[in-house]
Amino acid sequence: MEPNEDLKRGLLLKLQLTSNPSLLCAVRGAVERLTESLGFSAPESRAVTRAVDEALTNIIRHTYCGRADQPIEVLFHSVREDDPQSAGGLEIVLCDRGPAIDPEHMCLPALEEIRPGGLGLHFIRQSMDIVEYNRANGTNRLRLVKFVHLPQPDGNA
Amino acid sequence: MRKSMKEKHIVEISSRELDKTVIFDVSGDIDLANSPTVRKALLREVREKRTPRVVINLSQVRYIDSSGVASLVEGLRASRDVGSRFILFGLSTSAREVLQLSRLLKIFEVYDNEEQALAG
Repeated sequence: MEPNEDLKRGLLLKLQLTSNPSLLCAVRGAVERLTESLGFSAPESRAVTRAVDEALTNIIRHTYCGRADQPIEVLFHSVREDDPQSAGGLEIVLCDRGPAIDPEHMCLPALEEIRPGGLGLHFIRQSMDIVEYNRANGTNRLRLVKFVHLPQPDGNA
Repeated sequence: MRKSMKEKHIVEISSRELDKTVIFDVSGDIDLANSPTVRKALLREVREKRTPRVVINLSQVRYIDSSGVASLVEGLRASRDVGSRFILFGLSTSAREVLQLSRLLKIFEVYDNEEQALAG
């Protein structure tokens, strides 16, 4: 992707990191600050941070099988929504070069069937408004979107 | 007696012995980088030492991911296997959120503070 194209799409932040678990805390810190600056509430900020952390954890554990030196790219874009009740939001695309993900693994099992080790995807889906996966040119792309929800006139978020 | 084990990835675990109880004071973030350390400490206390009551102080834990939740669940399961108690207290907002999201909060014995945890 050309840099200018990124700018047109509202690129906010681009992280290139290796699949080293010790970097997760740094990414969480960056996401927390970014979401706060975009006007997300504290619970929304925690939700986005959790989703990104769990997505990276899944890549490290399952796609790269724990290898710590593999490439991961995370792109953060601002997005607009037609809904007048929304103040826009944040799109996050996580890219890795591991093997293709079995779509069956992207399906959420019934809650009773969730094992502790399979909680990450459940957390991601619970935390984000849009969760999409695709693969192109040898790259897995997980797209996450969270919209900023403005408080309702009666005070409810 | 207090033992301390500090990981370079911002988690610290120390333990205190009190009668037939061991209290783990955990601080920092429990994520993929360090949940194995937490898991190992908990399982050693429950399975190997067979401590009758293991209490986890999470009041200084800012973040728990799914692997951290899994470690706590493993500790709980091990305690049930050996007939001991496994207690959590001082859950942060973030920690409470992930346990609620996973609907696992209700399976744990949870208290607000140490006094209540030890009295429970």
